[in-house]
Amino acid sequence: MADYTPSEMMVARAARELNNGEVVFVGIGLPNVACNLARRLHAPGLVLIYESGAVGCVPDRLPLSIGDPCLATDSISVCSMVEVFNYYLQGGLIDVGFLGGAQVDRFGNINSTVIGDYARPKVRLPGSGGACEIAIHAKKIIMVLKQSPKSFPEKIDFITSPGFIDEVNSRRNFGFPGKGPSLIITDFGVYGFNKNTYEMILQEIYPGVTVKDVKANIGWNVKVGRPPKVTAPPTDEELRIIRQDLDPHRIHLR
Amino acid sequence: MSGKVMTMARAVGEFVRDGDTVVIEGFTHLICFAAGHEIIRQRKRELVACRLTPDLIYDQLAAAGCVRKLVFSWAGNPGVGSLFGLRRAVEEGIPSKVEIEEYSHFGMVARFMAGASHLPFMHLKTFEGSDLPRKNKNIKFIRCPYTGKRFATVPALNPDVSIIQVQRADEEGNGQIWGLMGVQREAAFAAKKVVVVAEELVPGEVIRADPNRTLIPGLIVSAVVIEPFAAHPSYALGYYDRDNDFYVEWAKISKDRAGLEKYLEEWVYGLPGRKEYREKLGAEYLKKLEADNRPSGSVNYGY
Repeated sequence: MADYTPSEMMVARAARELNNGEVVFVGIGLPNVACNLARRLHAPGLVLIYESGAVGCVPDRLPLSIGDPCLATDSISVCSMVEVFNYYLQGGLIDVGFLGGAQVDRFGNINSTVIGDYARPKVRLPGSGGACEIAIHAKKIIMVLKQSPKSFPEKIDFITSPGFIDEVNSRRNFGFPGKGPSLIITDFGVYGFNKNTYEMILQEIYPGVTVKDVKANIGWNVKVGRPPKVTAPPTDEELRIIRQDLDPHRIHLR
Repeated sequence: MSGKVMTMARAVGEFVRDGDTVVIEGFTHLICFAAGHEIIRQRKRELVACRLTPDLIYDQLAAAGCVRKLVFSWAGNPGVGSLFGLRRAVEEGIPSKVEIEEYSHFGMVARFMAGASHLPFMHLKTFEGSDLPRKNKNIKFIRCPYTGKRFATVPALNPDVSIIQVQRADEEGNGQIWGLMGVQREAAFAAKKVVVVAEELVPGEVIRADPNRTLIPGLIVSAVVIEPFAAHPSYALGYYDRDNDFYVEWAKISKDRAGLEKYLEEWVYGLPGRKEYREKLGAEYLKKLEADNRPSGSVNYGY
């Protein structure tokens, strides 16, 4: 079996979640790599939309930012951001929204704004970008982020982008069009959500990872699906595309 | 020459005043660094600087002490990390305190839409369930008079001046953009004054031969500046690539205050203008960023 890093496992797992023909709102970093990996493998008809207004992108290099020129060249359409947010996202055309963040809580609420107090931050993060509205409108949300007690605390410092909000799923009361978080992919395993309590539940663990490892790296006593499935490791083909084509300089997969 | 065509120094001198609400837009694409550098050189102060993504350009403006308040929706170096100059200004008041007013992208887009439409506000479906409205009292909620459904609202943004970079313009300021458009059009229509910066000056016939590409009509434009490589390290599709290496390098340059100030000294204060900036980068460096040739098909506008 090939040697691989946790980031590579995350990217490969996220890519497998995407189906051919789906319309995906792509974020920067690991999701970007995952979407482009899926496009090269089982989902050549994946429609990539970036908040910069590029629709149906076929980037021939891995974009460092979501406004890279390679996203416009050869795309189906380039529209203004007024159109991408109003007509595509608010218009209900997005099947999958990819989000990351610094902190996620058990209900899939995301913080990408601030660690500590808003007015006196310990760490100031970039902020929402399009994440808040993606979380509200995309039909489903997949999150990709590394797991530690800090990134998955009992309570997050700020809700930038709503998941299920709380144990009664308040997003329903707000009339959000999207169904909310469906999957969280970390460097230990994969979580889904309980349909009654809206809480994260461990569904898969990576080869070599134990439930004990998972529990030691999360801020609450997380529920475990019985028995968690072991995720298939990245294939040679997935690793080759990631390493040779998508991120040869290891900018995203540090 | 039309009276609108002028140097960057004159355009910034005339149209950017201390205390102004200023927009230099461009979503990754067509961010006019040349204008930002001139604002720094002319030591403009107390600006309310608005942009979806402050990017390196507002990082530099904040580090140079030009900014009183930042209005934004995503403050980072895309794919790289933090904006250290901005963080020092916001968190430590170095060199001067910068206040923040924060939205999401959709929120900022809607503010420009309202501004461009000359409506007092815009409603949109976002922000509920988020803590952002608790920290920004300009985000409010209303009920739709037709359906009774709840929507967020944001106030119009009408900048004193928007500086809009385009690929090409004629001397009246009819500006054409292709590739990523960001909110260039809305930022222009929302502004009291518009400065168009173009990579290339073209005759009016070139504009009229392809009118669908004109995002900025000259009738809203006060000044036209012709400045090749005005967006570097951002990019102009069909002219030059984004200088991704510089964006990565900026993390090291700006990490501490001294490094960032040294950069400003060497590349902004130390140079009279963009021409000298191009020369300092050198022909070989610029050659590496030169766009390859990917012309569009042409269409027939005949009838």
